Amino acid sequence: MSSSDHAVDHDLHSHGDTHGHGTMRSYVVGFLLSAVLTAIPFWLVMSGSLQPGATAALVIGLAIAQILVHTVCFLHVNTQAEGGWTLVAYVFTGVIVFITVAGSVWIMYHLNTNMMPGMPTGEVSGTP
Amino acid sequence: MADKLDRQAGQEAASSPTFHLVEDEHGRGHGHGSPTMLGFWIYLMSDALIFAGLFATFGVLSTSYAGGPTPREIFELPLVALNTAILLVSSITFGFAMLAMESGKVRTVQLWMLVTGLLGAAFVGVELCEFGNLIAEGATPQRSAFLSAFFTLVSTHGLHVTLGIVWILVMLVQLQQRGVHEENKRRLMCLSMFWHFLDVIWIGVFTFVYLLGTIR
Repeated sequence: MSSSDHAVDHDLHSHGDTHGHGTMRSYVVGFLLSAVLTAIPFWLVMSGSLQPGATAALVIGLAIAQILVHTVCFLHVNTQAEGGWTLVAYVFTGVIVFITVAGSVWIMYHLNTNMMPGMPTGEVSGTP
Repeated sequence: MADKLDRQAGQEAASSPTFHLVEDEHGRGHGHGSPTMLGFWIYLMSDALIFAGLFATFGVLSTSYAGGPTPREIFELPLVALNTAILLVSSITFGFAMLAMESGKVRTVQLWMLVTGLLGAAFVGVELCEFGNLIAEGATPQRSAFLSAFFTLVSTHGLHVTLGIVWILVMLVQLQQRGVHEENKRRLMCLSMFWHFLDVIWIGVFTFVYLLGTIR
C-alpha cells in the first residue's frame, strides 16, 4: 500500500467508520489466504493422510484461522471502526458462541456417559 | 467551520476509541457516522447467536444416528468443496462491487453484484440438489436426530443466502433507479457485511458438519 493510499484511507475513515471500505489489496490477500486455508482441510480429510485425531485438530485450527482472516480482510473489524464497538461486540459474541457450543456438547456428553446402568443409556443417541 | 470541527471530532475518534456515540453525528441520515452500521453489526452478532444454538444442537446430536445413515455414508465432499469455492469467490466479487462503489461506478457495481447474486444462486442450487439426493436416499430430516439437526443448521444458512440474493436483486433495482448516493452506499455496506458474515458461518458449517463428520 503506497502512502497516497494511506492518505485516502485516512480521509475515508476520518469519521471513525471503516465498514465496507476495503482496499483491493485486503480483498485479494483475504481471498488467497482463504483459498489456501480451505484447500488444506479438504485435502487432509479427503486424502486421509493423517490420523483422525491430528486431522480434526488441524482442521479446527485452520477453520479458526480462516474465520479471523475473513473478519479482518472482508468484514474489516479493527480497533478503529465505530470507535472500537464492533470489535467489542465481536469478541463478546465469540465468547458467548464458545460457551454455548462447547458447554452444550460437554454437558450432554457427560450426561450420556454417566447414565445409571439399567436406565435406557444414550437417551440422546436413542432418540429418533 | 462546522465541517472543520466535525473533522477534528472525527480524527479524535479515530485516534482514541470513544465508548459512546458522538452526539453531533446523530440523525445526519447518510452512511458515514450514521448509527445504522453499528446497529446492523449488532444484528449480525445476534444472528451469530442463533447459529451458535443450532451448532450446539448439532454438536450434541451429531452421533444420534438411530440406526440410520452416518455422515461418512451420505456426505459428498467434492460437492461441499464446490459449494465452498462458489461462496468464497462470491465474497471477493462482492468486494469488487464495494471497491467500484467507492469510486462511484454504477455499472461496475451492478455487474459485480449480479455476478455475486448468480454465484449465490448457484450455491443454493447445489445445496438443494444435495438435499434432494439425501431425501431420495431416505436420509430425510425425520430419519434421525442427527439428520434433523443437520437439515435445520444447513438450511437456516441456505435461507440466509436466499434472502441475501433477494436483497441483492432489490439493490440492483435501487442502483438502476437512483445510482450510488449516500443511502444506497449505506445499504450496500450493510449487505456487504451480511454476505461476508454468511461466508464466515459457512466456514463453521463445512468444518464442523461435513469435514469433522466424515472423519468421525
